[in-house]
Amino acid sequence: MRATDVFGFASRALRGHRVRTGMSLLGVSIGVAAVIALTALGEGARLYVVGQFASIGTNLLIVLPGKTETTGGMPGFGGVPNDLTLADAEAVVQAIPEIEKGSPIAVGTETVAHGERRRQVAIIGTTHEMLELRHLSLAQGRFLPPLEWDRGSPVAVIGTTLSSELFPGESPLGRIVRIGEWRMRVVGVLAPRGEQLGVDMDDVAIVPVATAMKMLNRRSLFRVLLQVRGHAELDLARDKVTRLLSERHGEEDITCIAQDAVLTALDSILGALTMALGGIAAISLAVAGVGIMNVMLVSVSERTREVGLLKALGAGRGQILALFLTEAVLISSAGGLLGLAFGWGAVAALVAMFPALPATPPTWAVGAALALSVAVGAGFGVLPARRATRLDPVAALAGR
Amino acid sequence: MIRLSGISRTYQVGDELVHALADVTEEIDAGEHLAIMGPSGSGKSTLLHILGCLDRPDAGTYELLGREVGKLDETELSLVRRHTIGFVFQFFHLVPRLTALENVELPMVFAGLERSERHERAMGRLQAVGLELRADHRPDQLSGGERQRVALARATVLEPKLLLADEPTGNLDAASGRQVLALLRELNATGLTLVVVTHDPAVARRARRVLVLRDGLVFQRVDGAHVHEAVEALSRDENGP
Repeated sequence: MRATDVFGFASRALRGHRVRTGMSLLGVSIGVAAVIALTALGEGARLYVVGQFASIGTNLLIVLPGKTETTGGMPGFGGVPNDLTLADAEAVVQAIPEIEKGSPIAVGTETVAHGERRRQVAIIGTTHEMLELRHLSLAQGRFLPPLEWDRGSPVAVIGTTLSSELFPGESPLGRIVRIGEWRMRVVGVLAPRGEQLGVDMDDVAIVPVATAMKMLNRRSLFRVLLQVRGHAELDLARDKVTRLLSERHGEEDITCIAQDAVLTALDSILGALTMALGGIAAISLAVAGVGIMNVMLVSVSERTREVGLLKALGAGRGQILALFLTEAVLISSAGGLLGLAFGWGAVAALVAMFPALPATPPTWAVGAALALSVAVGAGFGVLPARRATRLDPVAALAGR
Repeated sequence: MIRLSGISRTYQVGDELVHALADVTEEIDAGEHLAIMGPSGSGKSTLLHILGCLDRPDAGTYELLGREVGKLDETELSLVRRHTIGFVFQFFHLVPRLTALENVELPMVFAGLERSERHERAMGRLQAVGLELRADHRPDQLSGGERQRVALARATVLEPKLLLADEPTGNLDAASGRQVLALLRELNATGLTLVVVTHDPAVARRARRVLVLRDGLVFQRVDGAHVHEAVEALSRDENGP
């Protein structure tokens, strides 16, 4: 018996029962669509979070004052960390060859005013290197000029929201704003960026770090961002930074985090979440398989006479098995393809509703869902097909 | 061609054992036209099913074309049914969703013949039964007589040696019945061995030899011409003291 004939016979038998075939096909397609939509959701969440971190820059070390480990000592005795100073930051960048560049960061909140308009925003004090380290881009003008780190300058770069609030309908470039008691000249406007790890980068004022520390009355930096030359040197560089700063402070009172470590952990957690979502959705595929089995059992008992006839005409057991098994696989694989279409539709709808979420079903999930749908038909089709092959031809011809 | 010896077949019906066939020994020659008669429950259908390799005897041996059928496995039996035996049933047993032509092609589909060859041979058989213009009709668009002729074309398309007909005219009007019987006779005249199970003496009369069964045993063997006397003898015996 030829494969095309098996296929033709099975598909015509299915077309004889459109509603029933359609229903069991729908069952499979819902299962496949669920796998695709849910894994797309999980994958979207993963890509979103990873993207957030990656936008801060790659191969980054973050140095922050204070030790995150609790030592359990008495409060007040050696518990106050030393300041993380600009001099510390400069020493790290100059003394450690693995560090390509660095950028100190001081933060605070201050009122920015132009004429009668005033707005309370986050002030970020940093240096020229920040532009590259955090992948910032400018809508107008330029970023902070390259200066000695300990030299201040009365210039500021502002976010787009701040710009349109203070200078509605006009260009802020070259204009003077008041930040606290300080008069600063606006030299650039950041391109719209949105929220980045909790800070709305559209509503900030960026000023030279030395100026910011005076303006905000800070002696310690908030963070130092360090870019390492290569990914392989990340751990080495971190050790060197920790050692150097411990020497300078006389104790280990800073924390140095590798950006990638956080990223890798989140990536694997969210990847596992996606797998779990897919697994839960796959259960509905198994349920659909039971549906197929049910439909095929009904079909076999309805077509008992036909099976008897096929045997009388000389169909072998293997051929009858192949015919009924092909019917089951046809239902399940057609359902799988339909479910793929449904799933893509659901994902497209999701993306339309939440454009920020990069939801696409991972390739492995699409492949697995389709393979599983075919396997479901084959697996759950075996029992009914075997029942057909085992029918006694005499009884079957009599319709018993 | 066929040698049956000591064939018996017992069914379990509830708690009771029914002896459908008890010790039948018979020979059928190639090219013969044999009718099997008998009242219902006499075992004539069981005998036909055993001849057609659809059923196996509990005891005795069945030799078909020199091979002992009892020793064949399931796969070999399906090959015997496919290539050596043709079936015609009382209720036609056409597959309702397939056209007349596709129904005739079915045995060749199982044999794995190519589409073009199948088409050609099936059309040839439909022509032989006078239905080439009905090739694209489905069974529900055909009359009873036409359906049985399609079934006949299907039964003979792989050129079997033995044609088994179970009440072939049982569901037909007189005219269609005559047409089908004429076709059967034609086939027999070309050398095909024909075994017809019937309860209709008018059908049995056309056979050269008639086997009258009763209670699973051969009650009488008569000439086709003397079938009426045999039927009378049977009913006398049934209704007698």
